[in-house]
Amino acid sequence: MSIFVAVQSDDFCLASEYHELRRNPACGAIVTFSGLVRELHDTVLHGMTLEHYPGMTEQALNRIATDALNHWQLAAVHIIHRVGRLKPNEQIVFVGVASAHRAAAFAACEFIMDYLKNRAPFWKKEHTATGDYWVEAKASDQQALARWE
Amino acid sequence: MIKILFFAALRERLDCEQYLLSCEGNTLDVASVLSQLQSRCQNWQQELSRTDLLCAVNQQLVPLTASVQDGDELAFFPPVTGG
Repeated sequence: MSIFVAVQSDDFCLASEYHELRRNPACGAIVTFSGLVRELHDTVLHGMTLEHYPGMTEQALNRIATDALNHWQLAAVHIIHRVGRLKPNEQIVFVGVASAHRAAAFAACEFIMDYLKNRAPFWKKEHTATGDYWVEAKASDQQALARWE
Repeated sequence: MIKILFFAALRERLDCEQYLLSCEGNTLDVASVLSQLQSRCQNWQQELSRTDLLCAVNQQLVPLTASVQDGDELAFFPPVTGG
């Protein structure tokens, strides 16, 4: 079982992460998720800035990965989250889960994203044609935790 | 001293990133620290009374009933929006 967590301004490469996850001989299934900066419906998005709480963020992500390892039999969990200024369509977050069979990998990947959205101290500020705005937390993200509790 | 950090929209609205509070060796609960901060001015009163405010002591999420003491790092921030 291995955990890899990174909070970084640099972009990440899906192929490299996938290759790393594949190295574990116990691995028979890999599920990956990547989240991107998407356009807005009502105005033009020039980009966004991701702020975080250094130290606490890494601890929170490690805790979420450990909780996933305690719930499911997993070979590896990788979480990468970017911070700083990002342009539209750039990658924000990567979650990769390797396990013996697909069911555990699918479930753990969703579990990790649901908890990351609610527990990891990141904040998004959108830079738009009409000004800069902090993104409000969504009730639907909080409700998503109910299925794991 | 207790080191108090503010993040994101809260940091901007308070115009404050870090605040040092003397606790004279006493253990306090987070709620009482919060009320001391609220009493600084009307803006802080309003911003630190938001019901969705989150709080961490030494980088762990905690409820307002948690206690803090000399040397602790306390942080207040809005609901998180990563991912």
